[in-house]
Amino acid sequence: MLKYLFYLLVFPGFLFASVFGLIVGWIERKVSARVQFRVGPPFFQNFYDVFKLWGKEIILIKNTPYFIFVIAPIIAFASVIMTSTIVGMSFFYHVGIGGDLIFIIYLMVIYSVCLILGASSTGNVYSSIGAGREMKMLISDELAFVLVILVPIIQAGYKIDLTQILAYQNANGMIIGSASGIIAFIVGILCLQAKMGLVPFDIAEAETEIVEGPLMEYSGPLLAFWKLAHYMMYVFLPMLLVILFWGGMSFASFGSIMAGIGKYLLIVVVMILIRNTNPRVRIDTAINFFWKWASPLALIAVILAIIGV
Amino acid sequence: MAFYNKIIKKSIWVFHVSASPCNNCDIEILDLITPGYDIERFGIKLVGSVRHADVLLVTGVVSYKVAPRIKQLYEQAAKPIFVIGIGTCTAGGATFKTSYNAAGMPLEKIIPVNAYVTGCPPKPEAMIDGVLKLLGTLK
Repeated sequence: MLKYLFYLLVFPGFLFASVFGLIVGWIERKVSARVQFRVGPPFFQNFYDVFKLWGKEIILIKNTPYFIFVIAPIIAFASVIMTSTIVGMSFFYHVGIGGDLIFIIYLMVIYSVCLILGASSTGNVYSSIGAGREMKMLISDELAFVLVILVPIIQAGYKIDLTQILAYQNANGMIIGSASGIIAFIVGILCLQAKMGLVPFDIAEAETEIVEGPLMEYSGPLLAFWKLAHYMMYVFLPMLLVILFWGGMSFASFGSIMAGIGKYLLIVVVMILIRNTNPRVRIDTAINFFWKWASPLALIAVILAIIGV
Repeated sequence: MAFYNKIIKKSIWVFHVSASPCNNCDIEILDLITPGYDIERFGIKLVGSVRHADVLLVTGVVSYKVAPRIKQLYEQAAKPIFVIGIGTCTAGGATFKTSYNAAGMPLEKIIPVNAYVTGCPPKPEAMIDGVLKLLGTLK
């Protein structure tokens, strides 16, 4: 019991994910700045930002259901902590709970649903546009994401535990080495881009267009919850891809630990570079892309996985 | 509070309020986020929503039509909030000082102001200097 509390609150969970997420957020801002020939923020910038938000005022809006407004970021933050705990447990300790992939899919939908609820409770025009767009992004990327997750499940012999998928990869080689694995991995990176709301698919939070849409009315600690949850997704989503396709991380030797960290950072940097080299697409383009190209490609990968290629 | 002030100095989110300006200062403000000046070095970020802001940059002579809106915007911002008047217009009206329609001249008549950066328009270096000097007065 105490062990699981430690997992939830300290190591792969709350403390680790928030600190490490803010550091990865700094990497994101710094790499973006270097791509644009700027200097970029100092190392502790995201820590300063979040700490400052904790000291600001929370503004509630009159005549709105502000119970939902307050509870939405807290539930979203809790679901993100739980997801990072589950992914981190199989990444670092190789222990899992039964059927954790299904649990992860549900928790990630809870994050999006909370964003939609919190945004639409404000009554702000930009927030409701953002909520609508978030909903459309959810229905566009969810199918491709589930199909991508199906590929390692099928290859590992219909196992829905992350630990069993890892054990399969230790015995039979990485899933990314197979034809179906590499297709699903590429589609998976695009799905992560959409799940995190990074630039080609940051339609919901388009800062230059609808000024951070769903987050527009949030201030102070509630905004800090959203920002932290966003940065924590940087921690566990690339980790999830490493576990599913790339054999996870083993603590056998120093070299294998470095290899695990290297895989994780490679995926993060690829996501940041995609973010910096692409313009934002329209919502219909995004739905077209995911339903006409990404999902069929992932479906082909699933069929290949069933054949056994 | 001293510790909090030390942190807030390093993370300033700026909201740009254009209160009937001639658009000259606004262009100079947008200059600040270009690679040449890069105010992200100091942790300064331009945000789109007043709820996220720590500093309001007000430009232009506040006319009678805009004055109640500026007041409303100030009330909507999450406290603590600082206000900087950009350009000579906010401090003394510049070309428009004899105008019949200048309600906020200086801007303190409408909302509390922490600093003025004068100039028509002020250079981006002057604005960075003004913001950092204002933060230097925080204890």
